[in-house]
Amino acid sequence: MTSKGATSSGGGDDGATKRNSKKPQYSRFTQQELPACKPILTPGWVITTFIFIGIIFIPIGLVSLFASERVVEIVDRYDEDCIPAKYSEDMVAFIQSSKTNKTCSRTLTVPKLMKSPVYVYYQLDNFYQNHRRYVKSRSDKQLRSKAYASETSTCAPEATTGNGSAIVPCGLIAWSLFNDTYGFSVNKKALEVSKKNIAWKSDKESKFGSDVFPKNFQSGGLIGGGKLDSSKPLSEQEDLMVWMRTAALPTFRKLYGKIEVDLEADEKITVVIQNNYNTYGFGGKKKLVISTTSWIGGKNDFLGIAYLMVGGMCLFLAISFILMYVIRPRPLGDPSFLSWNRNPAGHFN
Amino acid sequence: MKRYVYINDNDMSQDVYCDNRISNRKYTVLNFVPKNLLEQFSRFMNQYFLLIACLQLWSLITPVNPASTWGPLIFIFAVSATKEAWDDYNRYLSDKQANEKEVWVVKQAVKKLIQAQDIRVGNIVWLRENDEVPCDLVLLGTSDPQGVCYVETSALDGETDLKTRVIPSACVGIASELLHKIKGVIECPNPDKDIRRFDANVRLFPPFIDNDLCPLTINSTLLQSCYLRNTEWACGVAVYTGNETKLGMSRGIPEPKLTAVDAMIDKLTGAIFLFQIVVVIVLGTAGNVWKDTEARKLWYVLYPNEGPWYEVLVIPLRFELLCSIMIPISIKVSLDLVKSLYAKFIDWDQEMYDHETSTPSHATNTAISEDLGQVEYILTDKTGTLTENRMIFRRCCINGISYGNESGDALKDPLLLNAVASSSPDVIRFLMVMAICNTVIPTKSKNGAITYKAQSQDEDALVHAAAHLHMALVNKSGNILEINLNGLVIQYEVLDTLEFTSDRKRMSVVVKDCQNGKIIMLSKGADEAIFPYACSGQQIRAFVEAVEQYAQFGLRTLCLAWRELNEDEYEEWSLTYKEAKTTLVDREWRLAEVCQRLEHNLEILGITAIEDRLQDGVPETIETLRKAGINFWMLTGDKQSTAIQIALSCNFISPEPKGQLLLINGKTEDEVSRSLERVLLTMRITTSEPKDVAFVVDGWALEIVLNHYREAFTELAILSRTAICCRVTPSQKAQLVKLLKSCDYRTLAIGDGGNDVRMIQQADIGVGISGREGLQAARAADYSIGSKFF
Repeated sequence: MTSKGATSSGGGDDGATKRNSKKPQYSRFTQQELPACKPILTPGWVITTFIFIGIIFIPIGLVSLFASERVVEIVDRYDEDCIPAKYSEDMVAFIQSSKTNKTCSRTLTVPKLMKSPVYVYYQLDNFYQNHRRYVKSRSDKQLRSKAYASETSTCAPEATTGNGSAIVPCGLIAWSLFNDTYGFSVNKKALEVSKKNIAWKSDKESKFGSDVFPKNFQSGGLIGGGKLDSSKPLSEQEDLMVWMRTAALPTFRKLYGKIEVDLEADEKITVVIQNNYNTYGFGGKKKLVISTTSWIGGKNDFLGIAYLMVGGMCLFLAISFILMYVIRPRPLGDPSFLSWNRNPAGHFN
Repeated sequence: MKRYVYINDNDMSQDVYCDNRISNRKYTVLNFVPKNLLEQFSRFMNQYFLLIACLQLWSLITPVNPASTWGPLIFIFAVSATKEAWDDYNRYLSDKQANEKEVWVVKQAVKKLIQAQDIRVGNIVWLRENDEVPCDLVLLGTSDPQGVCYVETSALDGETDLKTRVIPSACVGIASELLHKIKGVIECPNPDKDIRRFDANVRLFPPFIDNDLCPLTINSTLLQSCYLRNTEWACGVAVYTGNETKLGMSRGIPEPKLTAVDAMIDKLTGAIFLFQIVVVIVLGTAGNVWKDTEARKLWYVLYPNEGPWYEVLVIPLRFELLCSIMIPISIKVSLDLVKSLYAKFIDWDQEMYDHETSTPSHATNTAISEDLGQVEYILTDKTGTLTENRMIFRRCCINGISYGNESGDALKDPLLLNAVASSSPDVIRFLMVMAICNTVIPTKSKNGAITYKAQSQDEDALVHAAAHLHMALVNKSGNILEINLNGLVIQYEVLDTLEFTSDRKRMSVVVKDCQNGKIIMLSKGADEAIFPYACSGQQIRAFVEAVEQYAQFGLRTLCLAWRELNEDEYEEWSLTYKEAKTTLVDREWRLAEVCQRLEHNLEILGITAIEDRLQDGVPETIETLRKAGINFWMLTGDKQSTAIQIALSCNFISPEPKGQLLLINGKTEDEVSRSLERVLLTMRITTSEPKDVAFVVDGWALEIVLNHYREAFTELAILSRTAICCRVTPSQKAQLVKLLKSCDYRTLAIGDGGNDVRMIQQADIGVGISGREGLQAARAADYSIGSKFF
C-alpha cells in the first residue's frame, strides 16, 4: 500500500517490490476457503423443489379461500340514492346547502348469520387521500402535544385562520374529516354501534395528545368536512384518528364502529344515514359496509386464488420437467452445448 | 531542435532550463479540491448524481430527505478524493526526499554539497559508489583509469544486471583535479523519453587539447534514478534535469482501461437517462393535464387557482426524482468495493505465490478484475512465458560435426571434450567466439569464483558453456579482455563492439590478439543474418541442416562466425564507423549500414543450440483454456520452426492428422497476398469440420499483410482459433492486439520481457510475469504474477 520505497523513484511501483518479499498470509477468508454452498440446479433438485412448493401452496390456498368464503359482507352504495330526485341534476348544490334535509333511510337484509363482532365501515371510491398536497398537510407535532399548538408550518393551506391564529388540528386531512353518520335499528329497536377502540392503540396513546383540544377548527370561510367537539381532547376523537391514517389507494374502507351483537339471517336492518359528506364534486362514491371477519381479515379471495395459482403452476412445471427428463434426458454439464462448441463458426457472432 | 549545454559555465545556461526539482504531483494544496472535483465530475454518472442531489434540495418537489443522496455522494467523492490525496501525498514525500538529497556539485571550481533540487544544467555532479544518480548526466570521469563505471538501471527499465558506462573518448586521461575546471559544450537533442538512445556530441574547450567533436551515446550517460555500482566515484555534467530527464519524460499515466462491464454500464446509463427523460416528459405532461382537469375538482386538496410561474415544472421534476433510482447510486459504491475486494483476493491468493522467486501475484489495476472471466483471446509471448527462459547449452555443430546428439547434452559429449582437450583449432575458435563475442561482464568474488552478469540469457548460457569447456572469460577491464584457456591466460584488446539490434539480429566484436597483433572479427547471430554473409567458398549445407534439425527439437540456434581482418582494412573501416557513430540523425541506421560493410565474407564456425525449457504445466493449462473456448495466439521473436516446435509440444496445435498448419509466407507483396488468400480459402472450408487449424505467419509477411491486406487478415483472425506469429517485433505485437480489439474481442496479453510491454499496455488485460527478463513487463501490466501457470 505505502509507496515510500527507499528508491524514491516517484511512482507507486515501489510498493510492489516491498510486498513481494512476503508470502501472503494464510487465513480461510483470504484463501476463499470459507464453507460455501454452491447448489447446482440438477433436474432432480428442480423437480423436487417445484413439487414441494406445489404441495405446500395448494392447501394454503384452499384454506384461505374457504376462510374468505365464510366472511359475511353487506355492501350498500348510497351516495346517489340519498339524493332527492329534484336535486339529481345538481347534487353538489344539494350537499353544500345547509338548508336541505340530508337524512336518508336504507334497509339492508342480512344474508346469513353474522356473529359478533360485526364491523361497520364506510368505503370511499375515487378519493385521493394519497395526494401529495393532501398527505403532507398535517402537523404531527401539533397533534401530539399542546406545547406545539403553533407548529403549523407543514399544514398549508389550512394552517391558520384568516387572522393568523393556529388551527388545531391543522391541515387538509383533518379539515376534510368524513362526517356522514349512520344509525342502525333492527325491528324498530335501535342497534348499538360502539365507537370505542376503533383507532390504533398507538394513535390514542402517543400520537394524539390528551392535552390537545380542537381550536379554531372549521371556523374559516371554507368548511371542509366534519366538526370536532372542542371539549374533548384529540386522544378521544377516534373518528379523527381513523381518518388521519391516510389510505394508500383511492378506494379505501375506514372503520366506523362495531356492533357487539349477532345479526340473524334474513333480519332487516334499517340504517338512517346523515348524508353530509361531499363526494359529488369529484365523482366519488360512498358505500356502507357491514362485515364479519375471520382469521384472514375481511372478505378477500385474492390471497387464496394467488396461492392456488402459484401452487398449480409449480405442479404443472414439475410434471412437464419430469416428462422432459424421461423422454429426452441430456447429460449434465455437457460442454458441447456451449456457444462456441455448438457452432464451429460461432466466432461470427 | 537542439540543446547546447555549457559545461561548468554558470553564466551561459543558468536560467534557460528548469532546475532539478522533481515533481510527480498531480495537485497542489490549493488546486486539489477544484481539480479533483472537476476530474470526478467529468464522468457522466457523477454529473447525474449531482443533478439529482441538487434537485432534492428543493423541498417542494423532493419525495425523500436530501441526505439519502447527498450522503452516499459525498461518501464516494470523499473516498476517491482521499485515495487521490494519499497517493499524491506519497508522491510529494518521495519527491521531497529525492529533491533534498545532498549531492556534491562543482561550483566555482570547488566541490560543494548542495541539495539535489539545486542542480542546474551544466553543473558537474560527483557521485560515489552506491549513490543514486540525481539527474541525467554525461560521464566525464570515473575512478577507473579506463573511464569505465557500472550502473544498475533497475529503477529505469527493470533489468537488474549491471551495465557498463564509459566516458567519452575526449575525456580519457583527464586528471580528476582538472575535472573541476573542465569547460566545454555538449550538443544534445531536446529531452525525450527514449532511454536507449542519446545521440549527442561533446566538444571540450582549451586547455583540454582535444578540440574535436566527440560522439556521445547512451553508453556514456548516467540516467536519473540509476545507481552507481562497483565504481569508487564518477562525475558527469548534468544535461537534463528535473522533469526533463529521460525518466521524467517517460513517466506518465497510461490511459485508464475500461472493462466490458464499465463500458456497458456507461452505455446503459446514457440509455436509461434518455428513457428517464421520455418518461418524465410523458408522465409530467399527463400529470399536469390531470391536475388541471381532475385535481382541481378535488375540493379537499384545495388547489390554488393561480400558481407560481414554475408550477408547470413541479410535476415533471417530481417524476424525475422518483425515476432517479433507475440509476442507483449504490451501483457505483458497491461495484467499486467489490472490485477492490476481488483485487485483494488476487493479491492474497497463496496458490498464486511463486516460492522460487517469492513473489505473490499482484493486481495493480483494481478496476478490471471482472474482465478476466471474459477473455476470448490470449496473446502470449513464448520466451519466459510458455518456456522458462532458463537457457541451457545443449548441442552444437562445429565445422559440420554435431555434438551432443546422443546424450542431448553437448557438455558431456566425450567427442567434444576430446576435441577440446586436443585443442582442435576449429573447436578452439568456436569456443573463443562463445566466450568473447558478448557483452557479459565477469566479476570475481573474493574467493576467486567468477560470476557473470549478462543482459541476455543466451549469452549467459554460452559463456557458462565455454567456461565449462575450459575457455573461461575471466576478466574484462576496459578494452582488455582475458581468457583462460586450459590454464593459459590470453589477452585480447577489444577494438569495437558492433552491437546487437533486433533489426540486424547479429552482433560482432572486433578484437586484437595482444600476442600477435592480429585483428579478428567475431560474429554471432541468427542463422539467416549470418549465412548470407558467409564467404563464398564455404559449404554451408551442413550448417543449414543442423539448424533445421535443432529447430525440430525446439532449440534456439545461434550461428557463430569469424573473419580475420588485415590492418588497413580495419583502419579504413574504423574511420567510417567513427563517423557513423557521431551522426545525430538516424544513427542507428547509419551504424547498421557501416557494420554491414565489415560483416561479410565470414567463415562460419558452427551452430550452437540452446534449450529453452517449457514451464511446468503449460500443456495442461493451454488444453484447459482451449476447452473453455479461449483462443490462443503465440507471438514470438523466435524463428518459425522453433515456434512451431514449441507450439506442438505445449498442445498449442495438434499434430498432423487432427490439426493442420497453414503457412503464410513470401517475401514480396504478391507472394504474401496469394498465400494469404489460399489460407483464407482453406480456413473457410475447414470451419465446418472438427479440425484444429492454425495459421503461421512470420514477421516479414505480417508487415506486408498488416499494411496491405488488413481486411483479409482480420477475417482470418476471426476464423482461426490458433495463430503463431514468429519473428514479430514489439510494435507488431501491439498491432495484433489492436486488430483483435477492433473486432470487439476481449484480449489478454501475457508476457515477461521488455518487448511485451507495448502489447501488454495495448490489451484489455495485461498480465506481466516478474520473470528473468526483468520487471518491465510486470510494471506495465495490470496484473503481475510470479511465475506462469499454476
